[in-house]
Amino acid sequence: MNDIARMLAQRLSLGLLTLFAVSLIIFLGVSLLPGDAAQAMLGQSATPETVAALRKRMGLDEPAYIRYFTWLGGILRGDFGISIANEREISELIAGRFANTIFLALMAAVISVPIALTLGILAALYRNGFFDRTVNVVTLSSISTPEFFVAYILLLVFAVNLPWFPSLSSVNPDMPFFQRVYVCMLPAATLTLVVVAHMMRMTRAAIINLLASPYIEMAALKGIPRGKIITRHALPNAWAPIINVIVINLAYLIVGVVVVEVVFVYPGLGQQLVDSVQRRDLPVVQACCLIFAATYVLLNLTADILAILTNPRLLHPK
Amino acid sequence: MSTDKKPLLEMRGLRIEGFSDEEWHQIVKGVDVKLHRGEVLGLIGESGAGKSTIGIAAMGYAKPGCRINGGSVHFDGIDLTAASEEEKRKLRGSRIAYVAQSAAASFNPAHKLIEQFAETVVEHGVGTRDEAHADAKDLYAKIKMPDPEQIGFRYPHQVSGGQLQRAMTAMALSCRPDLLIFDEPTTALDVTTQIEVLVTMRDIVEQFNCAAIYITHDLAVVAQMADKIMVLRYGETVEEADTRKMLSAPEEEYTKSLWAVRSFRKQQAAPPPEPTPLVRVDNVTAAYGPVTVLHEVSFEVHRGHTVAVVGESGSGKSTTARVITGLLPPRKGDVYYDGTRYPRDYRKRNKEQLRQAQMIYQMADTAVNPRHKIREIIGRPLQFYLGMEGAEKERRLRELMEMIEMEPDKFLDRLPAELSGGQKQRICIARALAAEPAFIICDEVTSALDQLVAEGILKLLDRLQRELNLAYMFITHDLATVQAIADEVIVMLEGRIVEQGPKDQIFAPPYHKYTDLLLSSVPEMDPDWMDNVLQERKKKGGMEAAGN
Repeated sequence: MNDIARMLAQRLSLGLLTLFAVSLIIFLGVSLLPGDAAQAMLGQSATPETVAALRKRMGLDEPAYIRYFTWLGGILRGDFGISIANEREISELIAGRFANTIFLALMAAVISVPIALTLGILAALYRNGFFDRTVNVVTLSSISTPEFFVAYILLLVFAVNLPWFPSLSSVNPDMPFFQRVYVCMLPAATLTLVVVAHMMRMTRAAIINLLASPYIEMAALKGIPRGKIITRHALPNAWAPIINVIVINLAYLIVGVVVVEVVFVYPGLGQQLVDSVQRRDLPVVQACCLIFAATYVLLNLTADILAILTNPRLLHPK
Repeated sequence: MSTDKKPLLEMRGLRIEGFSDEEWHQIVKGVDVKLHRGEVLGLIGESGAGKSTIGIAAMGYAKPGCRINGGSVHFDGIDLTAASEEEKRKLRGSRIAYVAQSAAASFNPAHKLIEQFAETVVEHGVGTRDEAHADAKDLYAKIKMPDPEQIGFRYPHQVSGGQLQRAMTAMALSCRPDLLIFDEPTTALDVTTQIEVLVTMRDIVEQFNCAAIYITHDLAVVAQMADKIMVLRYGETVEEADTRKMLSAPEEEYTKSLWAVRSFRKQQAAPPPEPTPLVRVDNVTAAYGPVTVLHEVSFEVHRGHTVAVVGESGSGKSTTARVITGLLPPRKGDVYYDGTRYPRDYRKRNKEQLRQAQMIYQMADTAVNPRHKIREIIGRPLQFYLGMEGAEKERRLRELMEMIEMEPDKFLDRLPAELSGGQKQRICIARALAAEPAFIICDEVTSALDQLVAEGILKLLDRLQRELNLAYMFITHDLATVQAIADEVIVMLEGRIVEQGPKDQIFAPPYHKYTDLLLSSVPEMDPDWMDNVLQERKKKGGMEAAGN
């Protein structure tokens, strides 16, 4: 168990280091943007004196490294600063949005992961057959289509022609759970179509890769039926690569939903980011980017840890 | 041995083909096998003879990419070539069971041993999981596994190779099959472990009155196990006879050549040692991380001499080689070449020092770059160590190819994949020679080769030694090879040298206790050898117990 603890500590500290580097890049990137937040807030007609006064009040006259550490220190205390656009606490502004994004991502994951695993296992079982080819063609077509296009097609069919689902996925905090699920159905379906192919193909490949192993042949020579050979003998050894791809897709579901959120006017973090960029609300942009990065790092960390934990050699040392 | 009228297994005119390089090749070309209850048939032949393919065809199974394309396989009246997949599946594991070559690779790393045992029992409806567990513990005890109550609850990586192979034999017995297929089950084991596993398997066959097919390339092993032997070559039967008759009076030339392989002996005695040894390993202690794997190892290698290093896997043989070449800097002690102390780390040695010691590896396949032509593989050290270019290099390349008895025009522009295993090993020898070293470390160089091919390599190494006055350090676990080529022998156990000296002295009584165990574990062609050894050991054990 000591080995595992050491490995976890190692991964965790690497993750933190990555986050630190990312925060630096975000801060530098935003600082390099032309223009000035104070100028942007006050507009073209402001006098130089008022701009200077505002800059002083916002701390913009300080050198960059001091501003960076002030910002970082704030974040460590849970304080992301104040939005320029509407002068509200950023943490308060983003919290609800982030929850919405997570909800949509989770919903898409709950639908897509079981579908991808099942299709992948079946495709491996009937590899190179009709089923395998069909699944491959369908999933590859859906992943090759731009997601906004998929979204509009779904809207056209299931909201316009067959009015089963609402075309706008507006949610509010007081909505009952099932109402919320119903409203989110179309965006979740869009995301599912986009991520299923990747996960399904990796499941199929990881399993087929193992089918040449001597222990698979041994299982066949023990008279184990084909289905059980795949689920009992191949799958438990294929988890590491599959988990990695699942997690990368989960990260994509959270970080990459911007387009889908915009199409369905869904009040998530992606939409917030787009709005803030338009308004040059730089503190909010910084905060959103950092949250996205943290999510990404955290999920990859989880993938690493799960991959380690599914290895019997590490889990049951000599 | 029963002589029922009806055989348990009968294969007639069996033909199997395999698909490779875009076409079908005939692997097995019409083989007849007849096996009665209680009989053990030994299938013997070099790699590529089709023996494993025939073995698993007895289960109605063909490896992926292969298919049975002629003849018939009848098991207990059932025609397996005509049976449906489902019918065959029900036979596999329950009535015909398979013991694979590498238990380490054939056990699923994700499940406990006992669960893999129980799986077959439950799947075939022979018993419940609890019954299977109880039976497994019983069998583990019968085949003398340590801690039979608990050992099944370990994962495959948590037990040793010999134990794993016995656990696999137990697993094959889980449904009390009528026929067992042993596919080179001891090839991957050390000799001292091999004898225990062989005893286990023979007892099992006798106790449960199964029939068995025993596949191996080791004649001495098959002599212990089989009632009758079938010799195969290129997918055809060479000859078949009862074990004793086959061993004492083989009829075919090919069989005789197989039997004769072990007779190779070094051509002449080594020259008298010079005052300064070519290589001196002085009190070396080495470790991987916190684990010390070599303890105060000292020995000398003289010009023109062959020093054989023997011992079980994990005894520190290859680690010693890594220390000498500087790949693993030792914790303590030093290595001297020609009286000069060399830096411990190869990165601190200069080109001239690096050139002195070259290596030849066990797996020629992985020791050459598959994308390089032979010309590049051998030419690289010529260029790197000796700065040869153009016509000079070309002349030397051809010379080296002649030395290893391969035609330069035919082979220089080929890729490794186009060569056989023995030819690849020759290329590795040429690559080592290209650096013009005085000292070559041969790490199990013949272990992966068939006996006839291995003999060719040994003869080549012997000739080169005489012509170029080379010194070899020959790492091996095969004592027959040691007998053939060694001048001095070093016996290693758990990272220490337990005995060293001239070959004649080590291999003659009085033996060191461990050397004795090692020597007495090497199977001999005598079918009574195993019984004799067991009796001998029992007697000794009794005497020791009485002495205490």
